[in-house]
Amino acid sequence: MRVLADGDRFSKLIDSLCSGIDDAIAFSGDSDKSGGGNTEENSGEGSGGGGWALVGVRSRGDVLAQRIADRLGAQRFGGRIGTLDITLYRDDLSEIGHQPVVRTTEIDFAIDGLNVVLIDDVLMTGRSIRAALQSLMDLGRPRRVWLGVLVDRGGRELPIAPDFVSLDLTEGATDELEPGAKVQVMVTPTDAKDAVVVFDEGERKGAKRG
Amino acid sequence: MRVNGRGLNVADTQAGEQTEYHWPHRHLLSLEDLSAEDIRFLLTTALGFDGVSTRSIKKVPALRGRVVVNLFFEDSTRTRASFNLAASRLSADVLEMAGKGSSVSKGETLIDTARNIEAMGVDVIVCRHHHSGAAAHLARSVDCSVINAGDGQHEHPTQGLLDILTIAKRTGRTEGFDFSGLTVAIVGDIAHSRVARSNVYGLIKLGAKVILVGPPTLLPGAFADIGCELSNSLDEVLPRVDVVNMLRIQFERQTGQAFPSVREYSTRFGLNAQRLTRAKPDLLVMHPGPMNRGVEIDSAVADGPNSAILQQVANGLSVRMAALFLVSGAPA
Repeated sequence: MRVLADGDRFSKLIDSLCSGIDDAIAFSGDSDKSGGGNTEENSGEGSGGGGWALVGVRSRGDVLAQRIADRLGAQRFGGRIGTLDITLYRDDLSEIGHQPVVRTTEIDFAIDGLNVVLIDDVLMTGRSIRAALQSLMDLGRPRRVWLGVLVDRGGRELPIAPDFVSLDLTEGATDELEPGAKVQVMVTPTDAKDAVVVFDEGERKGAKRG
Repeated sequence: MRVNGRGLNVADTQAGEQTEYHWPHRHLLSLEDLSAEDIRFLLTTALGFDGVSTRSIKKVPALRGRVVVNLFFEDSTRTRASFNLAASRLSADVLEMAGKGSSVSKGETLIDTARNIEAMGVDVIVCRHHHSGAAAHLARSVDCSVINAGDGQHEHPTQGLLDILTIAKRTGRTEGFDFSGLTVAIVGDIAHSRVARSNVYGLIKLGAKVILVGPPTLLPGAFADIGCELSNSLDEVLPRVDVVNMLRIQFERQTGQAFPSVREYSTRFGLNAQRLTRAKPDLLVMHPGPMNRGVEIDSAVADGPNSAILQQVANGLSVRMAALFLVSGAPA
């Protein structure tokens, strides 16, 4: 196991994700600066419309989303912070041989017309995000869905691209990864510490596919 | 990085780690067969399904392409509808079959019927039958999964699970489904009740104290051997319980004269507003349905603030979704 980032470096990765999202909100002019979630007032015609919401994909993205909400202030998103469990939308349910743990989706606001920022830890194949998108669409019709990930590992199997990336490990951007290496993000309190780690091929199958 | 073995507890699943616990049962036949860990896992899964029923699109693709058959040899309204809706919400295809009006009434055996259905490429058979052990017999004879939706006087596991889920939600015990310190009375025709049996096994495994109440003729002494207290007096028991589950008198299963008259039964074992004043103010009142209003439960109680009867029905949907989901993924 190799550690790619922890401590200050990890903190900077979160910062970089935050500033990307913050810029996007500022540029759209749709943030809920007044708070309280009265999005209609500051979302006039032509300004892009709709407020913002932050949704973390279980089981690391939800913790990261909470970190982002803490740094930018939940009011930046009108207080709309949610958690998505994609288990029931996975495309490999009939192949993995056992049923994974089903947890709750906690999105207690209507997502219709909102700019929804999906947060996940590692983007790899894109299959989790496909499942997350389908799950989101079953909850309503967001105006636009953005994708923020802490690590882009490369290895896409679907045409999905992130809007915000903190650590780019795709081929060409870095030579830190061997082809079969697994990247895993650890965050407290789910894990013992904050870190981005790499398991080289054959070392262990600890990282989940993302 | 934590690797959980069989010693999963719910706190671990809440923490978000992909646990190593895998639901091991291809069939759901009884709560007697399940461990406390299995029950907690299924109920935690059911909590995850609650959200599906409250949003605008009440459907998830988890069992897309699977086929679920409702094979009912006994009358049923809510259980059958509940399984149908649960399977539909998981995107499975549902086939409805009845014992009456089918080839069974032409003399075909249960196993032949089931094998013929299975030959159509079925994944789960949900079976209700008037003989105890029918579902287990079926499970031994077919390759697909079998869920027991009530077999004679034996068990009705999903009813037991939904009752337990209702109790957990109303008493704030959904974090670990630890029922220690909780006292539950089950009142009525214990002898003929599969609902009572499933409740007893489930509740005792989670740590609850169970008191069975009824006339001596309907109260088998064997239940004392598995840790239940037995009583013939509802008035004596009522002040010291947190939950009371009122069973229906099963007129269709009565063979002899178990009690002198319906009126006498109602006077001694019926739950009415006046009797409720003896109980704790936050007593939880449950009934598996269908109710005989005015016999085992009065309308004032059934429709009152202590009642969880309609919540039971709503929880039944989540429990059945969880059961269908889990047995579908268990190893063959």
